[in-house]
Amino acid sequence: MALIRAFLAVIRRDLLLAVRRRAEIANPMLFFVMVVTLFPLALGAQPHLLQAMAPAVIWVAALLAALLSLDSLFRSDFEDGSLEQLMLTEHPLAVLVLAKIVAHWLVTGVPLLLIAPLLAVFLGLPAEAITTLLLTLVLATPVLSLIGAIGMALTVGLRRGGMLLSLLVLPLYIPVLIFASAAVERSVSGLAVTAQLNILLALLSLAVVLVPLPTAAALKMSIN
Amino acid sequence: MINPHRVPLLEARQLSCRRDERLLFTDLSFILHNGEILLLEGSNGSGKTSLLRILCGFRQADGGELLWQGRSAETADYRAALAYVGHADGSKKELTVLENLLFWQALHTAGDYSLEQALHKVQLSGFEDNLIHTLSAGQKRRLSLARLLINAYPLWVLDEPFTSLDRQGIELIEQLIADQVAGGGAVILTSHHDLTLTFPVLQRIHLDSWH
Repeated sequence: MALIRAFLAVIRRDLLLAVRRRAEIANPMLFFVMVVTLFPLALGAQPHLLQAMAPAVIWVAALLAALLSLDSLFRSDFEDGSLEQLMLTEHPLAVLVLAKIVAHWLVTGVPLLLIAPLLAVFLGLPAEAITTLLLTLVLATPVLSLIGAIGMALTVGLRRGGMLLSLLVLPLYIPVLIFASAAVERSVSGLAVTAQLNILLALLSLAVVLVPLPTAAALKMSIN
Repeated sequence: MINPHRVPLLEARQLSCRRDERLLFTDLSFILHNGEILLLEGSNGSGKTSLLRILCGFRQADGGELLWQGRSAETADYRAALAYVGHADGSKKELTVLENLLFWQALHTAGDYSLEQALHKVQLSGFEDNLIHTLSAGQKRRLSLARLLINAYPLWVLDEPFTSLDRQGIELIEQLIADQVAGGGAVILTSHHDLTLTFPVLQRIHLDSWH
């Protein structure tokens, strides 16, 4: 019970912090919208090409936005000493870290879910493909937060970790990108997408189980 | 008064620590019982903070071992029993005093003081709804002391607790430390001031002499 209370307290605190630092949430969102908007402008009057590229464009933009938002995951806790205090509890750090990742997804992943359908309409995706897009986002954005947490935990102690973070994390995002954009593309042509969605679900389950422990270990290393 | 057969609360055996090829201290041993205070002294760079971070488990000692109640200190029991107040106090500057305290309360077992009593004790009553970044350095210090009161910690580890506090604040800490040891807890603190602490059971370790 105490563990659940602590888990919820961490989520609550991080959500409250996100509300107080609105710019930190808004920036990756605006970035996402901007990147997607640039494509129609650059392509000019080629609606078919745009529609064909839409799944890839939205997913690449979502990856980059997720990468941009990772900094808020552990940076401030590392700098103000909260991370040290989180280690000094009876609760396993991995569980508290998972709570932080859940809060991070609620703050950065969920807004993507809300904006992406609008942008998809804007790029001319057909309605059934938009449903698939939403499903892939629901399954895959938590994976982005989870995988990113390991990278962030490894680089949070470095002075210029930003570049290293993208080199570490983007390759690990590739499987997500392949299956998510393939699912959307297939549903544009009216093909079945169950296999892709199942693989995304498997990636999510694996990440939930495998990420918290190494992230906690990496944070302990960064604190040292 | 001290029974030599009781299990020490915290025991350090031959700890050593090096930093960038420089030996900070070696073969450092001490025994701390309930109701005792350990004062770490030393000049800047003598390894006071490094030793505290080893005691808190943030840093691995390069040699030696640490025992909590006779067993290895690498357990959740020890981490939960220990309160660390360091340079970075761990409170969130975008949250209010009350929100910060409620958060720490949810993570630990409750202590003797309620939130109101603790805030009153550290003279922060009336600041409940102030954001942390509007507080002065001394008030932030007092807030981290309130954290020690609302949760039950048998061992306090205080890194330079007297910095940025006024005379009243210093008296407050001395009183809190006295209460803590009277209640059977223990305190480890560092200071480069010459302390006029007048506690009966006070061990001193001078780190400059452990090279």
